[in-house]
Amino acid sequence: MSVKDKVCVVTGGSRGIGLEICRRLVADGAKVALIGTREETAQNAVKELGATADQVKGYALNVADGTAVGEVFTQILSDFGQVDVLVNNAGITRDTLMMRMKEEDWDLVMAVNLKGAFNCTKAVMRPMMKLRKGRIINISSVVGLTGNAGQANYAASKAGLIGFTKSSAKELSSRNITVNAVAPGYIATEMTDAVSDAAREAFLSNIPLGRAGEAKEVAAMIAFLASDESAYITGQTFNVDGGLVMQ
Amino acid sequence: MSSTADKVIEVICEKLSVTADQCLPEAKFIDDLGADSLDTVELVMELEEQFNVTIPDEVSENILTVGDAIKFVEENA
Ligand SMILES: NC(=O)c1ccc[n+]([C@@H]2O[C@H](COP(=O)([O-])OP(=O)(O)OC[C@H]3O[C@@H](n4cnc5c(N)ncnc54)[C@H](OP(=O)(O)O)[C@@H]3O)[C@@H](O)[C@H]2O)c1
Repeated sequence: MSVKDKVCVVTGGSRGIGLEICRRLVADGAKVALIGTREETAQNAVKELGATADQVKGYALNVADGTAVGEVFTQILSDFGQVDVLVNNAGITRDTLMMRMKEEDWDLVMAVNLKGAFNCTKAVMRPMMKLRKGRIINISSVVGLTGNAGQANYAASKAGLIGFTKSSAKELSSRNITVNAVAPGYIATEMTDAVSDAAREAFLSNIPLGRAGEAKEVAAMIAFLASDESAYITGQTFNVDGGLVMQ
Repeated sequence: MSSTADKVIEVICEKLSVTADQCLPEAKFIDDLGADSLDTVELVMELEEQFNVTIPDEVSENILTVGDAIKFVEENA
């Protein structure tokens, strides 16, 4: 698919789904700016992808820090010349029942998952508007559609991303910039490794396709949405969830 | 006209893809120069950058014409 030579920024690209997204985009010939929280995680991922330094570069950034986001995206723009695709994938969980949830748990998850996407979107808006094209893809979660006990903060942030996706899609449509969300279901990564065996069993038994998803199955959807072929699609949310949530 | 005015008009021409002779002082960005709401935001941000000024939202809402933009920059830059 046509992402060849497109410059793609992937936040949370150092592990899990984000790393698989980078791997797929690199395989399809895109240039990738990969963001992790630390220089070390970012550079390890760059090494693992094994591409040339022209094709993949790693950056350390806390997406919740608006000032730092501005600086790093300025660096990315100067390193690659432009940004064609932004994938807001960085995300964290601080799961616990609301009875026990602290204000910090709420604030931190909102700051990284929701404000992080806002910060990064703001940083690419003007350059994309100048190009008169662009693709922004926000990684939500099916939990943002269904809710989940123990994830009030996370589910709210992921539902928030869907409203954010629709609003940005409307604001940017006149500049040929599309904004979509992808809502993964249960994907095997370090994030889901943290879940207890009993919870995992219960979860899997509800999935029509009867198994956890693979990160590369999410990456395939991203590759399509990042490509020229998806030009007539904006403001939508696509579930990649083995049929868990059918709308 | 002052050189500031010329520079403002230059920015407007570039941002809105219009010619200098269309940039009459009373020309409205949206009605006369084909701008949409995003264009006007971009234009204000470009003026802020070029002239090193800050244009607060409540002021930028009232910058509707070429003359408004020139007046603001002349008085504040
Ligand atoms: N796994 C699932 O089943 C599932 C389901 C639905 C949705 N999702 C969503 O998919 C996305 C990726 O999930 P994952 O399972 O791949 O997570 P993961 O394995 O825990 O990886 C998280 C990634 O985000 C980065 N990150 C964390 N906080 C950050 C911050 N403040 N600033 C910048 N980067 C930050 C991490 O960087 P470091 O490596 O430096 O720590 C890492 O690259 C998340 O948004 C998640 O909510 C996952």
